[in-house]
Amino acid sequence: MKKIYIIVMAAIMSLMGSLAFADFKPAVIYDMGGKFDKSFNEGVYTGIKRFTAETGIEVMEFEVTNEAQRLQAMEKMIQRGATLVLGVGFAQADAIDKVAAANPDKMFSIIDVNWLDRPNLRQYSFKEEEGSYLVGMAAAMASKTGTVGFVGGMDIPLIRAFQCGYEQGVMAVNANATVLKNMTGTTPSAWNDPAKGSELTQSQIDRGADVIYQAAGGTGAGVISAAVDAGKLAIGVDSNQNHIAPGSILTSMLKRVDVAAYNTMIDGLSGDFNVGVQTLGLAEDGVGWSLDEHNASLITADMKSALDAASAKIISGEINVHDYRSDNTCSM
Amino acid sequence: MSVRKPLPRWADLILLPFINLCAAFFVCGIVVWIIGENPWNALIVMIKGAFIYPGSLGYTLYYTTNFIFTGLAVATAFHANLFNIGGEGQAYVGSLGILLATALFAPYLPGIFVILLCIVCSALMGAAWALIPGYLQAKRGSHVVITTIMFNFLASALMVWLLAGPLIQIGQQSPQSDLIPKNAHLPSAETFFGWFGIDVASSPLNLSFLVALIALFVFWVLIWKTRLGYEIRAVGKNQDAANYAGINVSRTIIITMTISGAFAGLLAINEVMGVQHRAILNFTAGYGFTGIAVALMGRNHPIGIFFASLLFGALFQGGAELDFEFKSITRDMVLLIQGMIILFSGALAYMFNPALSRILTRVLKGGEHDD
Repeated sequence: MKKIYIIVMAAIMSLMGSLAFADFKPAVIYDMGGKFDKSFNEGVYTGIKRFTAETGIEVMEFEVTNEAQRLQAMEKMIQRGATLVLGVGFAQADAIDKVAAANPDKMFSIIDVNWLDRPNLRQYSFKEEEGSYLVGMAAAMASKTGTVGFVGGMDIPLIRAFQCGYEQGVMAVNANATVLKNMTGTTPSAWNDPAKGSELTQSQIDRGADVIYQAAGGTGAGVISAAVDAGKLAIGVDSNQNHIAPGSILTSMLKRVDVAAYNTMIDGLSGDFNVGVQTLGLAEDGVGWSLDEHNASLITADMKSALDAASAKIISGEINVHDYRSDNTCSM
Repeated sequence: MSVRKPLPRWADLILLPFINLCAAFFVCGIVVWIIGENPWNALIVMIKGAFIYPGSLGYTLYYTTNFIFTGLAVATAFHANLFNIGGEGQAYVGSLGILLATALFAPYLPGIFVILLCIVCSALMGAAWALIPGYLQAKRGSHVVITTIMFNFLASALMVWLLAGPLIQIGQQSPQSDLIPKNAHLPSAETFFGWFGIDVASSPLNLSFLVALIALFVFWVLIWKTRLGYEIRAVGKNQDAANYAGINVSRTIIITMTISGAFAGLLAINEVMGVQHRAILNFTAGYGFTGIAVALMGRNHPIGIFFASLLFGALFQGGAELDFEFKSITRDMVLLIQGMIILFSGALAYMFNPALSRILTRVLKGGEHDD
């Protein structure tokens, strides 16, 4: 089906000739983590790769190395003729706001931002709390000790939202459960500190945790390896990380930034580029949990049905998962 | 060969750094060649990208401004034989001084006073952040290297807490403060030259560059033309001798660290008042650490620091340009190039010294051997 779609697309494109699309020149600005961070930025890269593979259109790219480069990179891309610029991550919000205002005839899109307002800017935000809620339920059901862990990256509102959703999910299954929580650090190096990730995980395991969820970028690799070494379970984040340690990763909380990146490019190409905020939650398949051959033995039928039921209830609004970012507290 | 004659001053200050730079570029050229790009083209792009493309000079000088401040911070401490690697944290909390000053004074005073007060407050906050490690070094013997680096972590913890909590701009999730009032903005180069009817390309360069130049001059006067500067250098050369000469060593150490912190704190005026107009997460971006290389390369002298800052500014800006221009040159390559330059002009600074001194002696003495 997909093949046919691609062929049709290609046919339409060749029919319309280069006229319509000759001017389409997309660009993406990865943030500090870099496009191979095995997590957030790499998710975007996956979406971009898919777009390039399907359409043959090259996407200009840049990885920023410091704060001043964000604005510079975007301006540079525009100078180089980019017609669509995709920003990755909330840290680029200010830069894209300025560039979008200065270039009203160009298209802009940004991921993890929902507070800007420009007529040529599309914003994606994700309901990480919903996906985290589901993996929290899974963690509580898989835990034998009644103690589960969370390891975050840098202590910012976004990561607290992961943590808060997770806690709510755990409590929904077992109100007496203990959730051990640690943030890796307060500097951006917290996103890439696997050694500290293992250390924190080890200490949580020592205190009785047997399922540990990580939302910590590159640090997560350390969390997973520590959990595997101790014979405990880890939970992956952002992309499907189940394959990293088959049989030791309970599931992964999916945040489909690849879909956001791909859709941005495809919509930009087709000219059907609607602006405004697109909030992707369970209902939109923007977040979720992964089930594949690597974790099939860990997810029991009971767990699956419970998660599916909760998922349906969240979509219908019957379960309301509190978003930490709405009031900067995690009230349950 | 017995005792080698020292290089003439001009060779030590100009020729040797130049040779080191060439060696670094040569090695980088080989790496660039190996990954399949033309090293000559890469060098041209880098130079054009740092100085010639519209706005690029502005970016280079903007980075230069940051490096001057942190370079001065490191150099001040160096003169007292102290190693302040806390420039990062001192600059970070320097932004709090600006936020505080704008909150207190901006509604009541005209721009020029607000700006001056902000500059003073950022320096004061930076100084305060360095005061404690300085005190601990002077009175308790806690090594300043350990305490300043620990204070970097304390600063980032404090700033994350403030920026993600009490100071966060309402209605968004990025950890950053509200915009500071308009009358505390430092005019950008674009605005400044606009007053005189000159058109320059848009860039983050702003008036804090002038403050940096003034700081260089102040540093020179302080270290070489004042009694305090003499005391600082005396303590740096030999604490016991300084003590014997009647210099209060612990007092001098504390004052040196405070001044050092004040220079670092000034970095915040470039970022907060000049460019971002708010305190954002991690705006110090490692400038504090690059300042160490700047001070080393600049031989702790204001002119040297200026050129070393300019070099690093050009590397930062030209490096970004390389990344744009060549698909195979990624930001990691750029980091490698920067690393090479630090290696050759910092760690291996005197590698060419013996050979150079032999050649120079031969040339100057008309072929006579000195060994």
